[in-house]
Amino acid sequence: MTAFNRITLTLGLGFLYAPILVLVVYSFNDSRLVTVWGGFSTRWYGVLLSDGPLLASALVSLKVAALSATIAAMLGTLAALALDRHGRFAGRGAFTGLLYAPMVMPEVITGLSLLLLFVGIDMERGIPTIVIAHATFGTGFVAVIVGARLKGLDRSIEEAAADLGASPLRVFFTVTLPLLAPSLAAGFLLAFTLSLDDLVIASFVSGPGATTLPMRLYSQVRLGVNPEINAASTLLIASVSVVVLGASWLSVRKNGTTAAQ
Amino acid sequence: MQAPSPLTAAPLLRIDGVTKTFGAHRAVDAVSLDLAAGEFLCLLGPSGCGKSTLLRMLAGFETPDAGAITLHGQDLIGLPPHQRPVNMMFQSYALFPHMSVAKNLAYGLQGLGLDRSRITERVQSLLRLVKLEGFEDRRPDKLSGGQRQRVALARALAREPRLLLLDEPLGALDRTLREETQGELRAIQRRLGTSFMVVTHDPEEAMALADRIVVMDRGRIVQAGPARELYERPASRFVAGLLGDVNLIAGTLEPGEGESRSVCTAFGPLRAVPSPAVASAASETSVVVALRPERLRLGDGDTILTGTLVDVAFLGDRVRRQIRLADGTVLRASTALPGDPGDLGIGQPVSLGFAPEAGWILPA
Repeated sequence: MTAFNRITLTLGLGFLYAPILVLVVYSFNDSRLVTVWGGFSTRWYGVLLSDGPLLASALVSLKVAALSATIAAMLGTLAALALDRHGRFAGRGAFTGLLYAPMVMPEVITGLSLLLLFVGIDMERGIPTIVIAHATFGTGFVAVIVGARLKGLDRSIEEAAADLGASPLRVFFTVTLPLLAPSLAAGFLLAFTLSLDDLVIASFVSGPGATTLPMRLYSQVRLGVNPEINAASTLLIASVSVVVLGASWLSVRKNGTTAAQ
Repeated sequence: MQAPSPLTAAPLLRIDGVTKTFGAHRAVDAVSLDLAAGEFLCLLGPSGCGKSTLLRMLAGFETPDAGAITLHGQDLIGLPPHQRPVNMMFQSYALFPHMSVAKNLAYGLQGLGLDRSRITERVQSLLRLVKLEGFEDRRPDKLSGGQRQRVALARALAREPRLLLLDEPLGALDRTLREETQGELRAIQRRLGTSFMVVTHDPEEAMALADRIVVMDRGRIVQAGPARELYERPASRFVAGLLGDVNLIAGTLEPGEGESRSVCTAFGPLRAVPSPAVASAASETSVVVALRPERLRLGDGDTILTGTLVDVAFLGDRVRRQIRLADGTVLRASTALPGDPGDLGIGQPVSLGFAPEAGWILPA
């Protein structure tokens, strides 16, 4: 690596991660004032753990993320299978477009349109509506990841299973699904973190008693940043990092087994 | 065209007028073929000749547009792949990468109503059959190519099919392993008495394996018969060239009929055996005389052709020479090493002879 490359890499990484690093460092700040360093302390993590409303929001977020990622994983896999296996069915192009639209649509528009829909069908806003909203864009991501794996899958493996007497259902559950499992897990984890992160869409479609963690943090920041928020954000970053690293590890391992074939 | 099956009168498998088109492309064109119980048959042809499509129709992965396929009198076409009493070994082996060798072998045995100990027993006997004892817990990605090939074969045999379909079973192996495996494949087939239908594009492999070779070209069967018949008495230039190296000398038929006919060529009249297609053809019909390189004799007493030696290649067990005739035609002559004249230099004049029964007259 040349000196120039080293410098640009450092600058690039710094640009991306310096703010996050500052936040993490200041979450261990002993001072009440966010911008003044008062020595190392973990006391804000203690405060955080006794902050009932914040913990309740974290629980809401986890629930929403788990449920919406599960729904997205199932729907996304079915969508990927339909696109990969059913040739050129009527409306295939439109289906592909609609599947990927929530991924590229501005969140404000997705949120607003879902809100109008829920109001229109007179559905009470709460955890279920956030789950539905998050599942809509999660489905697209799962479909992309699982679809890529399906494309690389040797169809003769499934044919061999059928040839050995397995019914289509048995082929799916004993061969197709296990082979898709790594990409399915990666898709699930991605949908999970995207749901955990989302502020905009959740703000539109949530109702009383369904405040997610990003919504709680955002409303607290409007009243003034305190070190407790830094601590909460640090924990959020840590959990998202773990999940994302897990997802990429799964997809690397998936590629490893493909190469061995 | 179809030779009667040599072993029994009632065939195990009957393919009758099967046709399959993909768009405008006729992949398999009105193919009829019988297979006897216990027969080892090779479908041979260049890629795209329809042999793999035919195999996939037998396994149930493609549906014919027309025709009938029956196994022991039972119609197969209406049955989905998992209900057909035939099994297939795939070119890519298609082993289940997430299962151990033992689980791969047991996969086809589940759903047959066998209890656990019977399945374990059967898996063990399959492992013995393909000499892979001790490998039951390995994953396919921890096996060598040859071992994977044997697992694929054992897995396809697990359900004791009457008919086993093999798609290029040795295509992924290197040369030495391939020759060794050919012998093993034949031994296993003889021992089990299962009918094998192998698809291959390699004529040497087809000749080494099969009781009967069926040559396909552009979706049709062009000739079927034992290897020797196809090699020595091919029905067309295509079959002659597919089965091995061949010299072709163009000419026209002279009047006559019978066991051998005379062909008028640039080098004078040549006597050779006519193929059925030209046996009673009129004189002046354009034909070629097909001569296998090993049938040409060098410096023989009864000289038929003369030319100049242009190249000598030593191939270990034989020597191959290229001889240019007066009009520029280059013939290849191959001599077994014991008895090779050996002392011919490039540029020297050479005389060539062949027995009349060695030449084979084919339509041009």
